[in-house]
Amino acid sequence: MIKVRTGTFSRILSVGAYQPSRLVLNSEIVDRIDSSDEWIRQRTGIESRRYAGEDESILDMAEAACRQAVERANLSMSDIDTVILATISFPDQTPSAATALIARLGNPKAAAFDISAACAGFCYGVGMASDFIRSGTSRHVLVVGVEKLSDFTDPDDRATAFIFADGAGAVVIGPSEEPEIGPTVWGSDADSRDAILMEPSWREIGSGASDANWPTLTQQGQTVFRWAVFSVSKVGKEILEASGVTADQLDAFIPHQANVRIIESMAREIGIPEKVFIAEDIRTAGNTSAASIPLAMASLLEEHPQLHGGLALLIGYDAGLVYAGQVVKLPPAPFKALA
Amino acid sequence: MALSQAEVLVGIKEIVEEVAGIPAASVEMDKNFTDDLDVDSLSMVEVVVAAEERFGIKIPDDQVSELATVGDAVNFIVKVSA
Repeated sequence: MIKVRTGTFSRILSVGAYQPSRLVLNSEIVDRIDSSDEWIRQRTGIESRRYAGEDESILDMAEAACRQAVERANLSMSDIDTVILATISFPDQTPSAATALIARLGNPKAAAFDISAACAGFCYGVGMASDFIRSGTSRHVLVVGVEKLSDFTDPDDRATAFIFADGAGAVVIGPSEEPEIGPTVWGSDADSRDAILMEPSWREIGSGASDANWPTLTQQGQTVFRWAVFSVSKVGKEILEASGVTADQLDAFIPHQANVRIIESMAREIGIPEKVFIAEDIRTAGNTSAASIPLAMASLLEEHPQLHGGLALLIGYDAGLVYAGQVVKLPPAPFKALA
Repeated sequence: MALSQAEVLVGIKEIVEEVAGIPAASVEMDKNFTDDLDVDSLSMVEVVVAAEERFGIKIPDDQVSELATVGDAVNFIVKVSA
């Protein structure tokens, strides 16, 4: 007979965020794509976004968000035994970004790995972290979503040049006496893998099969919009059902920040009542893929502190196509040490 | 049973009014969705999905960009309903 561990319930202890320094207005982007500020706002809701400066790497951004999350959880870095890093824009194949991160955090013995689930990556990570704690595999898990999508954006692509952006967000997930993270509902629609692509592949670049020397992101906007609004919204309802929570019990709806039009249509399809706060961080943060949900969570809590401890529906979806989500209790107000 | 052009047009008028707020009276066969009715590419997806539900048909993603005018949409729906 093999001995097994059993864990505890899980919860989000804290959230940390890092927005890079460079503010990029629509006016900086429109000339190369023959567009306008008004057109971009109308189609996406985006007013501005942040790009990392030359001295801000994926690891710099992830480190800053993680340090803030750990501090806000009132923990030491050595309390963290597992680090899950979600990204699609770390260009080094191996070792992982997560291992580079733990070395920087001064916690080089933690279990650490990257996951590639695009804009669903953060919710994939939250689901795994929660299950690691439930099973006793881990006790305190850092889940960080980080992207430097400006490195993979074609400034001349009329369909995407204004969408993508950079940033990092992290949560600490730890033990709880009550269940504060509901079941993860996840899956894929891989027949539509072509809807969002980073291309050409490194293999095509390396072999000379492509003239390009660096990949960029492309997407079929109508396909993604249709899938997100009419398929992923059904997943939203499944998540609520799996958690035994009704839409009117929610305090916040924090979906992946892909497009305000998607967010609003999705909220309508799921039946999110008007009283629920809906994260629309995309207006000033752009689409930061794996980082978008924790960034949106952090800014929503900053703007509306009464939401600390409230119930939120998280849902991530994107390239793959993949999706994941869960109902969570938002973290409590950060611990503040007496001066 | 095949749908008639007239009944599909009535349905499209109602859908465009509901999705994009365009008065049904101005939704005529020769009107271009983008140029005349200001229905952008994302609203067009909502029009298409609503039409699929209403008429019990399928409009594939790669077909959507071919539907430039109200008449294109009406004729396509009539054709696939046959």
